[in-house]
Amino acid sequence: MSEDAVLVASSLSVHLGKRLVLSDISLTLPGRRLVALVGPNGAGKTTLLRALAGLLPSEGRIEICGDALSSLSLRERARRFAYLPQGHQVHWPLPARDVVALGRYPHGAYDPGRLSGHDADAVARAMQMADVLNLSDRRVTELSGGERSRVALARVLAVEAPVLLADEPTASLDPRYQIEVLIKLRATADNGTLVIVVTHDLGLAARFADTVLVMSEGRLVSQGPPAGALSEAVMAEVFRIRTYRADHEHEIVLVPWAEA
Amino acid sequence: MVIAHPAGRQRMIVTLALCAGVAALTLVSLGIGPVALSPTTILHALFGGGGDVQRIIVLEIRLPRAILAIVIGGILGLSGAALQGLVRNPLASPSLFGAPQAAAFGAVLLIALGWADIHSFALPVAAILAAFTSVFVLLVIAGRDTSLLILILAGLAISALAGAATSLTMNLSSNPFAALEIAFWLLGSLEDRSFRHVALALPFIAAGAATLMSQRHAFRTLSLGEEAALSLGVNVGRLRLWTILGVALGIGGAVAVSGAIGFIGLVAPHLMRPLIGYDPSRLLVPSALTGAVLLLAADIAVRVIPSTSDIKVGVLTALIGVPFFLYLIVRERRALGGGVA
Repeated sequence: MSEDAVLVASSLSVHLGKRLVLSDISLTLPGRRLVALVGPNGAGKTTLLRALAGLLPSEGRIEICGDALSSLSLRERARRFAYLPQGHQVHWPLPARDVVALGRYPHGAYDPGRLSGHDADAVARAMQMADVLNLSDRRVTELSGGERSRVALARVLAVEAPVLLADEPTASLDPRYQIEVLIKLRATADNGTLVIVVTHDLGLAARFADTVLVMSEGRLVSQGPPAGALSEAVMAEVFRIRTYRADHEHEIVLVPWAEA
Repeated sequence: MVIAHPAGRQRMIVTLALCAGVAALTLVSLGIGPVALSPTTILHALFGGGGDVQRIIVLEIRLPRAILAIVIGGILGLSGAALQGLVRNPLASPSLFGAPQAAAFGAVLLIALGWADIHSFALPVAAILAAFTSVFVLLVIAGRDTSLLILILAGLAISALAGAATSLTMNLSSNPFAALEIAFWLLGSLEDRSFRHVALALPFIAAGAATLMSQRHAFRTLSLGEEAALSLGVNVGRLRLWTILGVALGIGGAVAVSGAIGFIGLVAPHLMRPLIGYDPSRLLVPSALTGAVLLLAADIAVRVIPSTSDIKVGVLTALIGVPFFLYLIVRERRALGGGVA
């Protein structure tokens, strides 16, 4: 096991009722990586994300920054994993700044009206990074889909956790915003964070990720750099598609093309 | 870089204005009645001066009533704001969830069985247990689905059941006068309450308020949904239990001395949102103060409105609250039809 592994899972399994939804998943991921988690609907991607963050009970062992996840309190887990659920839902029309400030909750900043200098700095950094400083006083419910996704991103960035888990952060965004979100996540990874992104967009995964994890029916069936992990054989077997592949400025271009 | 919070000043002003409103209405409440008293006489009496008669009127007859209006109105407003925060829904309130009705049933059952009289501590305890059960059952039925429709339908069913059980108890009561007394008590009133009633209700209401306030910051994280709240380190299951417990303690304690007074918990947070904002954590204290203002005002109104017999304050709050509820339904119609807004 490499010394700089940030997140290690060994023999991870999850049962929902009697159904086995995750089966025997082992992976070792270092920091400073953008990892794309792909797979067909129902493959268990969201479940894996939740299990890694300790948001649902699982069997097996998870280590985060050298500590067993099971030995950490809920609060300590929240400081190590920033988790962005699907949908960017906010139930009340809160100002964007207060939503972002919730990212400091695990650090004891309970009241967004009274942030310490340190917490306020983290919020400002996150808002700068996600490019939402100008939305500060706007109510999140009045923002466009793209703006709201950036505010949601700023919220998880504000946690400043070693691991950032994002569940379909680009869903229902137009192409420009999809690229924008991926560029910001890429930059976050380059700053030292382990970023794991669930996505259905194989093209974006191939273009932006260092590592791709492919799931099928609760198992991890392929992992590695995009070109290898998303091989034609995997495409055919897991996604039952053929892809168009090309090289553009030394980056892989992958477009889902036809049914296999 | 420090990000200033511009709305903080306005919240402070609103809160101070509400405190002033509570103080002013308390003076009015102490002043009106068969013997009208001036504010100066009241203040003298409050601090042990003035004539014996005035002192007795103020301290022993009117003060308990005013105190109960403040604390019961306060806990109703606080409970409403807390429940709305918990289920992320502006139509939640103790009375729509059937909590006061269930609490009333708990108390009535005890009286009918002859296990307790009106002044026994068993009364609030029974009311609290029943209120806890009703809110717990409601949230179990609703599960993680916090859509308006399910919550309101389940609340309707529970309050109907509690109401029917109360009617059955009165129906089977061997003493018709006891049944009549219960019926009047159920309408909700603060008339003729003494410091014994205050002593009976206050410990439970204070415990309920403290329980709800201890969870106040967690309500804000729930704005992002339960999963995100959990990922921020909030034990959502425990938060639910604490909230139900706090509401049950408060409502049970209140109902045990005042009967069922509805709709203040629904109305108070709504009045505050345009002034304070939607943050569920920041709404708690202003909603409690608004609840106190509303109940004090309603309790003054029932004494001022000319009528042949006394109007019960619970009847008045329902008369004002139900149309307000209908207005909210119209406003939230889209959300009601399509699940969570």
